[in-house]
Formats: sequence, C-alpha cells, structure tokens
Amino acid sequence: MSHYQPLERRIVTMPFLFLGVVALIGLYYLAERFFFGMGSVTNLNGGYPWGIWVVYDIVVGTALACGGYALAVTVYVFNKGQYHPLVRPALLASLLGYALGGIGAFIDMGRWWQFYNIFLPWQMNFNSVMLEVGLCVAAYIMVLMIEFMPTVLEKFKAEKLLKMLNKVLFFVIALGVLLPTMHQSSLGTMLVAMGWKIHPLWQTLHLQPLLAVLTAFTMGFAIVVFEGSLSSVGFRRRPETHLLSGLGRFIVGLISIYLVIRFGEILINGKFGLIFAGDLASLMFIIETALFVYPLVVLLSPRARENGRLLLWAAVAMLFAGSLYRFNAFLITYDPGPGYSYFPAMPEIMVTVGLVAIEIMIFLFVVKKFPVLPREEHGSAKAA
Amino acid sequence: MNRRDFLKASLGGAAAAATSTSAVARQNLEPAPEAVGMLFDTTLCVGCKACVTACKAVNDMPPTMMGDDVQWDSARDLSHETLNVIKVYTNGNPVTKDAETDGFAFEKRSCMHCVDPGCVSVCPVTALIRDPRTGVVSYDVDACIGCRTCMTGCPYNVPQFDYDNPFGALHKCELCNQKGVERIDKGMMTGCAEACPTGATLFGSREALLEEAKRRLALKPGDIYNYPMGDVRNPSRTHEAEVPDYQQHVWGEKEAGGTNVMHISSIPFEKLGMPPLPERSYVSISETIQHTLYSYLALPAVVLGGLSYVVKRNMDKEGDDE
Repeated sequence: MSHYQPLERRIVTMPFLFLGVVALIGLYYLAERFFFGMGSVTNLNGGYPWGIWVVYDIVVGTALACGGYALAVTVYVFNKGQYHPLVRPALLASLLGYALGGIGAFIDMGRWWQFYNIFLPWQMNFNSVMLEVGLCVAAYIMVLMIEFMPTVLEKFKAEKLLKMLNKVLFFVIALGVLLPTMHQSSLGTMLVAMGWKIHPLWQTLHLQPLLAVLTAFTMGFAIVVFEGSLSSVGFRRRPETHLLSGLGRFIVGLISIYLVIRFGEILINGKFGLIFAGDLASLMFIIETALFVYPLVVLLSPRARENGRLLLWAAVAMLFAGSLYRFNAFLITYDPGPGYSYFPAMPEIMVTVGLVAIEIMIFLFVVKKFPVLPREEHGSAKAA
Repeated sequence: MNRRDFLKASLGGAAAAATSTSAVARQNLEPAPEAVGMLFDTTLCVGCKACVTACKAVNDMPPTMMGDDVQWDSARDLSHETLNVIKVYTNGNPVTKDAETDGFAFEKRSCMHCVDPGCVSVCPVTALIRDPRTGVVSYDVDACIGCRTCMTGCPYNVPQFDYDNPFGALHKCELCNQKGVERIDKGMMTGCAEACPTGATLFGSREALLEEAKRRLALKPGDIYNYPMGDVRNPSRTHEAEVPDYQQHVWGEKEAGGTNVMHISSIPFEKLGMPPLPERSYVSISETIQHTLYSYLALPAVVLGGLSYVVKRNMDKEGDDE
C-alpha cells in the first residue's frame, strides 16, 4: 500500500478563484509582451538587461524550487529514509518551480523563436556559463518529470510501468542530485563575468559557485519546512514537526558553513568596511545577514526546533535570506554605471505574479487529485 | 575554442580536480594577429558629431530626436539605433576645453572591440564572434536567442537590445565590417574615422595606434605636433596642433586584457565614465572556473557514477526494510 494519498477535496475554492484572476491579469500582460515587445511591459534598458523575469523567475525561483534537490540528497545520498514522506510534495513544488524558471527564460528571451539554437551542438559556446545553466535546467526539468512519474503511475494504477521505472529510478535520482549542483553553482559563476557591475560585497569571484550552491541548499531545506508546515495548517492536517525539525539541524550546519565562507572572504579581501558604508548596499547586506543569522539562532536551540511556529518563522527567514542574497547580487546592488536605473514596471511584476499563481493552482490541483501528500497516520506513527 | 585549447583546459580541469587548485588558469587572450581598431583622442574632438551621423548613414539608422530639437541627432547614449555617440564632460564653470576643473571635454562611446571580449565569452549560442584575424567583434543575428547575457558581460554596456520591437535584435558596432558593409575587408576604414574632421577618431592597426598613442603621451605639452587623420598608417591629411597635457594612460592598452579601440585624454578616465577595470579580464576567471569543473564533462561523469552507486545502495536498503 502506498504511503501517500490524494487529499480528494474540492478543487474550486475561493483562494483558487482568486489565484485564477491573478493568473489572467498576468497572462494579459504576457500577451502584450509578445505582440508589442518587451519594452511595452518591462522597464528593462541598456544598463539593466535583466529584470525580475530573470532574477526572480530563474535565479531565485529555481533556488526556491530546490526542495526536491535538498531532500534527494538527504534521503538517497545520506540515507535518511525517515524523510521519505516529504519527498513527493517537495518534488512537485520543484517541478513547478523549475517549470516557472523555464517559462521565465523563454518569455524573457528577446529572440524566443530561435531558442532551439541553444540545443544545436554547432551553435554551443562551451565557454559560456549561460549555456551550462540553460542546458542543465532543461535537463533537470525532464529529470523532475521522471522523478514525479511514480505518483502519476500510481494514480492510474500502471503497475507494470511503475516497476520498470523503479528499476532505473536510482540513476534518475542521481542525475537529480548532480544537475542542480551544476546549474545552481553556475548561477553564481554567472556573476563573475559581470565583473565590476556586481557590488564588491557580492563579487566573490572564485567563491561564487560555492556560495550559490550553499544558498540553493539552505533554500531547498527551508522550502521543505515551509511547505510542510503550511500544508499542515492550510489543509488542517497533523503537522510533521518531528520530521521538519530534523531538517532544521541540517540548516544550522549549512548556514554556519555559508557564513564562515562569506565573512572570511570579506575579511581576507579587506571589504569589511563596506558593510558599514551606510549606503544601500551596506543596508541590504546587513538585512540579508540578519535573515541568515535569525534561523541559525532559532534552530540552534533544540526546544525551538520542536516548536512548529518558530520552525516556520526560521524557514521563512531562511527563504528571504537566500532570495535576498541573489536579488542583492543580481539586481538591487547591480550597478552598470551612471545614467541607468531599474525598478520593475507594474505589468512586469504582474506577469511574474501571474505565473506564480498558476504554479500554486497546479500544486493545489495535483495534491488533491494525486497521491502526493503522506498519509496522516504515517506521520503520527513515526512521531512516537 | 579549438580542440587544442579544449584539451589543455581539460588537462587543467583534471589537475585542478585532483589538487583542488586551478594551476592552469585561463590567461587573458592575446590581441589578434592583424588586430585593427581605432584611437580616440578626446583633446582633438570638437564635438561636431560628424562621426555619429556617418555611423547612422553606414548602418541605415534614423537620427535620435529629443523633444522639438530636430536640427541634429541628439542621442544621449548608445541604443539600438545609436552605435556610436559623443558625450560631454563638464566641470564647474565649463569654459576651458580639456581642463579637468572648470572645463569640458568630449568623449566617444562605441564598442571597444575588447581583446578578450566579455560578450563573446558569455554568449551561449556563439552569436558574438571575435574575428581570429582582425579581432573585430561581430554579431550573428541568426544565432542570437536574445538572452542579453552579453549585455551583462560587457564592461562598457555596449550591446543594446531593441526592446520596443516584438522581433527585436541586439545592436552593436561591428567596426563597419558587418555583413553587407564589410568596409574593413574591402580595405576601407570605419565610417566614423573617415568622417572625423580633426583626427580625434583615428583608424589603423592596433599596433600602429598604440605606437601613435604612446608617441603623443611622450610629447611636451605646448609643442606643435602634426596630427594624422583617417588611417594612421596612411593618413589622408595631417594638421598641426598644440600638444595638450595628456594623462599618461592609454585606455585599452591593458584594461581587462586590452581593447582594439583605445582612448587618450587630458582628463582622468574615471571622470569620463570609464569603468573600474583590473588588468585581468573577468571572463578569464569565469572560464577558468567553468573549464575546471566541466571540461569534457569528466568531473560530472565521475560524480554521477558515485551518486548512482550510493543512491542504488540506499534504495535497495530501504526496500529491504519495508
């Protein structure tokens, strides 16, 4: 018998309808983008070629979708089988998040009708970090689809296919660990070539890939805790605090390593004074650091780790910390020189918000119709 | 990237993976063997913008208008319809030309045709190409997917995307050697250098231009120098002028690996809006990281093998427990 079950609740609820309206607004502006050009809906310009469509949808969005990655490492590489119940919802959220990243990349492509050039070997530039990110994200979306297949096959009782899939699943899972390690680190390497436009507090050159992959990991674990807590509140299910608090321990380790490297680099390269420069960058750095330190402090206490509410707050802080790290580096303190400024246009924001709304709608639909969430008794049995 | 480079990089990758130091870092690229470029001398520029008009004529681009001012092209900065622009520097009460304080000066902005171009390195689909012979950085519109990574990777914000066109493209100076123009291949000089009435924009080989630049910096301020116009190797005309007090700095000799379009000036370059660039190109660092990790996908393949083994073992164990 499966450890998972569909929620089997009503699909069309008030929140669902609200999300639908938001999605429609986003789609309206998206259509405008394709008919009249990106300039009609975005504030992109010659100095800021990347706005929130790249920085949120791809750079931050895929990191928020690292739950499947973080759990795959925990369950299958470090053999912590007790976290298995969290895998399916995390995989679904990852699949949707990465799909958003893929769609974000496509709608942001100025010459989208030639997108296939990135898959043509004779067009590929192997020096390009962007090539690695593009190919790797595309491959990982497919890997996530395969990883999620057992859920679909279970639903339609395709036992034979399920058995066949299970035989090769180990290889797919291994790929599902390798690929995010590759492209999440490359998202950091991408900052290297942007050189002086990246603020010195975020321009760590050779350390970029390491910091990027560490933040992807912390955000992956944080989103699992966040989704786990939220779905127990939202769907009024028994919370899986015992499982989630265990993840809190991983997060403590990761944040500690991250902070040591981050501040070590700043100290060694004599950039410490920039933290107190009193400008926008120093303010953003302090906020970002505080958001990293808060979950560290909370999760260091075993009692706080067992407290569902504190755990949720720690996860939220962690998500904001990782997101802000990337927003700061890529956009907020990104400075192409005098004469250029950027703040997203309302239609531009609505496109991103609309796409996220669609993502949530699909998530709600799937957990209600497919065996994604763990059976409740499973959670309570293990709690003892 | 040719096979030999690929092999070298891959050996470097293997070595680095083994010793966890990138001993074989990718160095800055060297200038192309017959590199051509331009030398812009701000002290000679009178701000007439004949070069801006000539550039638009060559590229068939419309003048950029500001408000009701329809007398001349008033482009303020580079854009999808302005590949070359003259900007003005002013300080205090701007009365003296080329004076840093209480002065003014004109500065050209166009593609610098980097020796180690960021745009070329970061483009995923090889839509930006450095000509192996001339070093000219050109653009292939049929390859471009419009991701605009080149714009983030260019230290000078040169490539410009046409956001207002649903089927827009990238636009940048291709040193008048783009398809259908090919002035360099035909033995001609760039449109802007040809149009310049004072020799402020001078065309030529990178080598000859660098020599000319250094000759000027060595002159004594106040002396008379015979400034060449057009092509430095074969000037169309020359004109005599008083030597200004040059900054002892040829912009583009070394910055981020150097450029084929170089500038000299009597005002420090950071005041003219030039970016803070180290001598090592940023893309030589990102390529070192990239090839250390990914050459021949050797390292990922090894990791994948290890992961597959561990995952399979752990999954089998899980199965036994249940």
